Amino acid sequence: MLDDLDRRLLRQLQADPNLTAADLAERAGVTALRATRRLARLEERGILKGRRARIDWTALGYAVAVSLRFTLEKAQANAFDAFIAAAREIPEVVEIQTFLGRVDVRLYVIARDMAHYQQLYRDRILALPHIAELEALMTVATLKNDESLPL
Amino acid sequence: MTDLDATDRALLREMARDAGRSAAALGEAVGLSQPATWRRLRRLRAAGILAGQRVDLDAEALGFGVTVFLGVKLATKGRVSLEDFERAVTAIPEVQLVEHVLGMYDYRLRVVARDLSDFERVLRRRIMTLPGVGDVEANVLLSDERCPGPI
Repeated sequence: MLDDLDRRLLRQLQADPNLTAADLAERAGVTALRATRRLARLEERGILKGRRARIDWTALGYAVAVSLRFTLEKAQANAFDAFIAAAREIPEVVEIQTFLGRVDVRLYVIARDMAHYQQLYRDRILALPHIAELEALMTVATLKNDESLPL
Repeated sequence: MTDLDATDRALLREMARDAGRSAAALGEAVGLSQPATWRRLRRLRAAGILAGQRVDLDAEALGFGVTVFLGVKLATKGRVSLEDFERAVTAIPEVQLVEHVLGMYDYRLRVVARDLSDFERVLRRRIMTLPGVGDVEANVLLSDERCPGPI
């Protein structure tokens, strides 16, 4: 399990993934060598899986983001697999999530503007297989998105 | 800025996959020298397209076995209640994502918890007591896939 130092290091790293090992060590109150060793250990154990860049789609000209929530025709045995495989073929789909609840699948779709969204919706989204119901939540603003764990 | 060439796109894909590499290693992956990679990264950062990094942790190994998405409707609307709700909800450590949305809910939240009973505690003590909160719909996350997006 994790000890207090592991938690401190991961907390600092979550708060600022760009920290150098030296800065991280200082904030966690240990030597750089000790911090580096611990992080290497956390990587070996598969707990620290890596760092990923965030891409700001707005800066790339994608002004529209919509959560599309689907219920599928579950009587079809392969409904989930067929739906998800087809959704992966749409480049503007950036997240695919499955759920236990009223919603079966959610797609996060980005588009340059409303005209582009309308075209995607008609030509690609509505063409996806086994859709029973579909509703949209349009993102107005993202107020928090740090994906940090409360360690 | 949308005048990206194929090398920029390749670099963005590499960074979204693994941003922990040196400019030299990234350059090797996309066929660029280290200084040329560094210049491109600097340009993509300056344009706001590369918007920082996030640390990828194994939530389950860290004891967070449950992720739930909540659709939240506000019972009372008005500028003050929106601000009160937003201030309170973004301060909850278990809430990783807060999106203001347009549709059948007002907000979308991503909540992480140790298990279902821990989630129940967060829901009852933290979420249902938020100022102005009305209807809440919960969907338990089963799978989460991030796609490269239109690059």
